[in-house]
Amino acid sequence: MDDERTKFAELEKLIAEHKDQKGALMPVLQGAQGIFGCVSEDVQKAIAEGLGVTLAEVYGVATFYAQFSLHPKGKYLISVCLGTACYVKGSQSILDKLSQVLDIPVGGTTPDGKFTLEATRCLGACGLAPVMMINGQVYGRLTPDAIPAIIDKYKNDDGEVA
Amino acid sequence: MDIYRAHVLVCGGTGCSSSGSATLIELFEQKIEEYGLAKEVKVIRTGCFGLCEAGPVVIIYPDGTFYSRVKPENVEEIVSEHLLKGRKVEHLVYTDHATKEQNAEKALEDINFYKHQKRIALRNCGVIDPENIDEYLAMDGYRALEKALTTMTREQVIDEVLKSGLRGRGGAGFPTGMKWKFAYNSVNDQKYVACNADEGDPGAFMDRSILEGDPHSVIEAMAIAGYAIGASEGYIYVRAEYPIAVKRLQVAIKQAEEYGLLGDNIFETGFNFHLFIRLGAGAFVCGEETALMHSIEGKRGEPTTRPPFPAVKGLFEKPTMLNNVETYANVAQIILHGADWYNAIGTEKSKGTKVFALGGKINNTGLVEVPMGTTLRTVIFDVGGGCPNGKKFKAVQTGGPSGGCLPEALLDTPVDYENLIAAGSMMGSGGMIVMDEDNCMVDIARFYMDFIVDESCGKCTPCRVGTKRMLEILTRIVEGKGEEGDIEKLEELAQTIKNTALCGLGQTAANPVLSTLRFFRDEYEAHIKEKRCPAHHCKNLLQYVITDKCKGCTACARVCPAGAITGEIKQQHSIDPKKCLKCGACMEKCRFGAIIKK
Repeated sequence: MDDERTKFAELEKLIAEHKDQKGALMPVLQGAQGIFGCVSEDVQKAIAEGLGVTLAEVYGVATFYAQFSLHPKGKYLISVCLGTACYVKGSQSILDKLSQVLDIPVGGTTPDGKFTLEATRCLGACGLAPVMMINGQVYGRLTPDAIPAIIDKYKNDDGEVA
Repeated sequence: MDIYRAHVLVCGGTGCSSSGSATLIELFEQKIEEYGLAKEVKVIRTGCFGLCEAGPVVIIYPDGTFYSRVKPENVEEIVSEHLLKGRKVEHLVYTDHATKEQNAEKALEDINFYKHQKRIALRNCGVIDPENIDEYLAMDGYRALEKALTTMTREQVIDEVLKSGLRGRGGAGFPTGMKWKFAYNSVNDQKYVACNADEGDPGAFMDRSILEGDPHSVIEAMAIAGYAIGASEGYIYVRAEYPIAVKRLQVAIKQAEEYGLLGDNIFETGFNFHLFIRLGAGAFVCGEETALMHSIEGKRGEPTTRPPFPAVKGLFEKPTMLNNVETYANVAQIILHGADWYNAIGTEKSKGTKVFALGGKINNTGLVEVPMGTTLRTVIFDVGGGCPNGKKFKAVQTGGPSGGCLPEALLDTPVDYENLIAAGSMMGSGGMIVMDEDNCMVDIARFYMDFIVDESCGKCTPCRVGTKRMLEILTRIVEGKGEEGDIEKLEELAQTIKNTALCGLGQTAANPVLSTLRFFRDEYEAHIKEKRCPAHHCKNLLQYVITDKCKGCTACARVCPAGAITGEIKQQHSIDPKKCLKCGACMEKCRFGAIIKK
């Protein structure tokens, strides 16, 4: 797999950039998450070897923070804000609706690998509550009724990588 | 320098960006060019104006016209009418929710939302282009650093901050000058200055707005702090979820380095200061200072016991002084205008101003900065415009997951550190979430506990296990399975956790439960004893009922996903409670208000 090889080459470069920096593990993991979309065991092993730390340490940090994922996520990551301002304004019903429309539980990924549904804490767009984010695009002032149309938009754009 | 006759300020904060302000900026530039005004009118992307509710916000100077909820299709009209012909576009001018007043002649500072505010930390937000250091310099930027480095001793700087009465804006309210003094007193070959920009409190976004709207104010203050305590390096720990803030910080640091305001031999005084950014990775506990430092070191963000305090042994085992973003944003003004100017604002023990993020069931959601001692009522009703849709105010939550919910009876409390603690809540980072009669206070307590259980790092048992037990009890209560004695169990667990948890997160974790128990105990009792949710929020404890207002239009029956609604056309319908999923779709659909929750 050439694709994999390029990614690991990129990772190697990333490790070399940060190797001599104090507290390098976090930035390297963050970079790796960006390159691979998740930090699988192989990626963790490569990081441990590259930085000269134990795999246990890498795993410990990777599993501590919500940002790192050990498994690949869907092409579109839907994050529904469950911060207080959004919750008070009914974001739970937005999340429930998405779960129903996509037919996956919160935290799950659709079988075709297209959507992952997540609940997240405060996106800081409280003025637009309730909000959700799909791959960086923020949707605000939502109602459950508005959900199916938004999802359809993403379902129908085959082939295009957002 | 080019002189322009008019400036178009477009908010580029997160709220307005999310509602499409980037497109607006492009369109404005394009249309201004098309109308041949490019040499006369300048478009500036600023930080947050504060009134996110009205976003995307556009302000036109010199007249200060405030346009709200501007859509791409409105841009041409503003350019052709306002900028070309000098006629304000009346229908786009901001309307005050509370007074229903739409006044194009009214200056920005006379709008209710801004009238009661005093902006010190937010002084440049929405005023300057945060990605242009020259604009910051034009607003007296880096003059405080120059003053400190060239005319003041390190001790004088610390004394000034001490005398100003500035206290930590991250939550606990520890005197900032004391922190600086402790770090100054530590003797070591290397010390660090750090900035906590890991704003984790859900519903608070003041630090984000400062970083997005005025990043240099934090950078300048950190350099001043570095000089005062004797540190040559600083770290800003910022949430990765704040991409705009991270980018503007990077731009600002680079510009400051190019101008020689960061780096070696600043102002030719021999003082060196270098600044680095580290990204958080989504862990609430990293707002705790020892946890934050472990995270910068690249480790798991778990707190450790104090002492040793960070001022003695912090980041990379070296003395470290950590302040939060909003605290830093005050420092340059204090150095520039003097401690006496600053400590004349506020109350006896809480000086200066505080930024609050107003959210939830309130008309003017957004960011406000008011003098300490302003009452909750002023903030919520005068500035915030009260609850929307004529609903009745029930409670305001301050202090996030560490704070509490305060009822209407306490609305005249002047807001400062001591008063909020006495009322059973706390200042916290400044989130202020308003709740109305439709919000169930038991469910809100459950919501916060769910957050804490999620975010507990798991290092100490009281927090890891205790909060989980509390969540189980709360979940049982909102599901209608509450038992006699549950309230007492919650209180006992809360006390134990408070007394025994390792860090601030655990010690304050039970506050939302304790404060709702104190002020809304009757709601708990109704859930447990009568299996009833007074706010009609908890699904297991309510029923949808069709009243005789029903006209038999069948709209509800058609929208019901469970087929629970039956009835003849033009006859009153009814809902089968056994089939009803309580999704509320019928209630939304009914045009006659015939469906109610019981």
